[in-house]
Amino acid sequence: MAGTMTTTDDGGGASPTGARRGRPTLRSVLIWTAVAAVGAVCWTVLALARGESVSALWILFAALASYAIAYRFYARFITTRVLRADDRRATPAERLDNGVDFDVTDRRVLFGHHFAAIAGAGPLVGPVLAAQMGYLPGTIWIVVGVIFAGAVQDLTVLFFSMRRNGKSLGQMVREEIGVIGGIAALIAVFAIMIIILAVLALIVVNALAESPWGVFSIALTIPIALFMGFYLRVLRPGRVLEATGIGVALLLLAIIGGGWIQDTGLGDALTLSKEWLVLALVIYGFVASVLPVWMLLTPRDYLSTFMKVGVIVLLAVGLVLARPVLQADAVTGFAREGTGPVFAGSLFPFVFITIACGALSGFHALISSGTTPKMVAKESQVRLIGYGGMLMESFVAISALIAAVVIDQGLYFAMNSPAGATGGTVESAATFVQGLGFSTSAQDLAAFSAAVQEPSLISRTGGAPTLAVGISQIFHDAFGGGLQAFWYHFAIMFEALFILTAVDAGTRVGRFMLQDTIGNVWKKFGDLSWRPGNIIASAVVVGLWGSVLYIGVTDPLGGVNQLFPLFGIANQLLAAIALTLVTVLLVKHGRVRYAWVTAVPLVWDLVVTMTASYQKVFSDNPAIGYFAQRQKYADARAAGELLAPAKDQAQMDQVVFNSTLNGILQAFFALLVLVVAVHAVVVVARAIRAGGLPTTEEPAVESRLVEPSGLFPTAEEKRAMADRDRLVGAGAGRSEAEKK
Amino acid sequence: MTTAVARAWQGVRWYLREFTGEARWDDYLAHCEQHGHTPMSRREFERRRADAAEANPVSRCC
Repeated sequence: MAGTMTTTDDGGGASPTGARRGRPTLRSVLIWTAVAAVGAVCWTVLALARGESVSALWILFAALASYAIAYRFYARFITTRVLRADDRRATPAERLDNGVDFDVTDRRVLFGHHFAAIAGAGPLVGPVLAAQMGYLPGTIWIVVGVIFAGAVQDLTVLFFSMRRNGKSLGQMVREEIGVIGGIAALIAVFAIMIIILAVLALIVVNALAESPWGVFSIALTIPIALFMGFYLRVLRPGRVLEATGIGVALLLLAIIGGGWIQDTGLGDALTLSKEWLVLALVIYGFVASVLPVWMLLTPRDYLSTFMKVGVIVLLAVGLVLARPVLQADAVTGFAREGTGPVFAGSLFPFVFITIACGALSGFHALISSGTTPKMVAKESQVRLIGYGGMLMESFVAISALIAAVVIDQGLYFAMNSPAGATGGTVESAATFVQGLGFSTSAQDLAAFSAAVQEPSLISRTGGAPTLAVGISQIFHDAFGGGLQAFWYHFAIMFEALFILTAVDAGTRVGRFMLQDTIGNVWKKFGDLSWRPGNIIASAVVVGLWGSVLYIGVTDPLGGVNQLFPLFGIANQLLAAIALTLVTVLLVKHGRVRYAWVTAVPLVWDLVVTMTASYQKVFSDNPAIGYFAQRQKYADARAAGELLAPAKDQAQMDQVVFNSTLNGILQAFFALLVLVVAVHAVVVVARAIRAGGLPTTEEPAVESRLVEPSGLFPTAEEKRAMADRDRLVGAGAGRSEAEKK
Repeated sequence: MTTAVARAWQGVRWYLREFTGEARWDDYLAHCEQHGHTPMSRREFERRRADAAEANPVSRCC
């Protein structure tokens, strides 16, 4: 295959990946014309439909057709022409194979691992909140954003990290941009991680508060995971599928059981306030971080991954079967006026900040550097794993968006507006949403919560309950059987489960980062097997996210409303750091001609995040600017007045403190990113003048592996693999599977 | 028809075993056989894998 190609290596000649560049076959032209036509029709319907009933499937197929075209053409262009992935070069997995972290992994298996690592609650929650602006802005940004920004970031970071033996984002920034930039990036990564953990935990708290059914099911996941851990360690070591099968069955029982206990004494005992849940989560996070991974983390991870993939598949099937109709407007008034109750601010820049993960997620750069690049078998597979993995994530985001816009929109706003706005009861909430122009009555709202057997759905902010209502309606319509309450709690459980897994894993990663950093000055602390070090570092990390979580939970203005923008901006700022790095690398490698591929999304992301940061810090509208909000409440406090929704002087103080803190954090994050960006500009200028600069790329070593590049092997690749198997003798393991 | 179903099932099983790392034990046995080593017990093998995972936390994203 690749070895037979001659290359001119100027980027304009034959590609070194073994992809043939010639006339496309008639069949391929017909197929791709058809895909383009389907996409064009779907987008046209979405763009032109006003006032009539529009099926949600138009959104689904518009997205799928766009992904297919982007993957086939743009991702291939980036892999072969921009990055020049070269399958004749051995990957670090092949060169440094140690069976632990460096490990040649089948591309389809690695795709699964990578997807499981990047997909989390972000793409589920962000689109739900962004739905307050209508379905069209969200749909467009999720699809366009992933194609030109999110998937490009994941792909290029994965590639460059792979060429550097899987170095982490922070390490690469330090070596390629400079020490100060590297330190800024390291601090940014750590601080952003804390905010992300706190906001994720906040979503769980909001979903479980006053819900005995949810608390019961989620609490049971802990003994279930412990049992699985024991099973895998002692009873039947290594039988992961058995253990996971048992775990999933117990999990379903736990969901059903929640329905039985909710009206009993146990149910009353499990009706917990948000403050108690915060305490429980903080203790849990700390214990999980110091326990050995086999006990809790690894088995939980199996459970959450299988649940996650299961729900996503089920949701896609459910959407096609139920064919729900869009209830939201294409673009609501909040998009123009920026006065939405779910989050404040106008469409630009806040819709991009809110959707975050489903379109572009800086956090993925941490996974695409470090873990995944050490396992890639062939260079050209980065297209499937990096770009393809992110397209999947975007598809999840689109499904979540659909779930939020097919439910009654009065219910949507009653659920997602803070308690200060809805008043907390069905009557006051009905008055509130009728004021927004919806006809949803108090009886309707009561009926919705009765259908899912929750005490109340009013002001259940955070996105997770809304998504669960959407999913339960879709599954109820698709599969029947009167199981809406079961599906609601099933969805809550699935979200809470993998958010908790993310919190576990994130706390541990944060702990490692802290130990590693402090280990530079205090050697002993960096030793990961030193118990006191583990405990101190875990306590610091948990303490940090726990306090932000507590601040969010007790915020009189509504924690999600206040913290989600901070989370979104932080994530997008991390993406700016990652895109800056890859742009610098393209220029240093002498590929200025193609630097627009990452520079355009970088500039866009910087404009969005800097505008948002500027507004959050300097806006004189108290609904948007943190310091304006602070001023408003501080002035009122000085005059001895109470401002709603604060109910007493203490809550006034709280608002003043929280908005000051949020404003400072906001400004701090933006400054860190500017430090990295300014250093990058200097390096880029030098590199352009010199026509490229040396980088830390590892020298090429010839590869001896024969593996397909894409998901399905081409005829040529099949022949090459058959030759390989003949040479090796009996084709065992991986090659056996390839023949299927 | 039956062969198609059987092959699909084999494929799914192969994928799940690879994905969860269960197949690592088979790889190890094959490796030992090829090099003439006496393999350690499965319990010992899985314990070493779990200990290696301790130092290599897999990050989970938002």
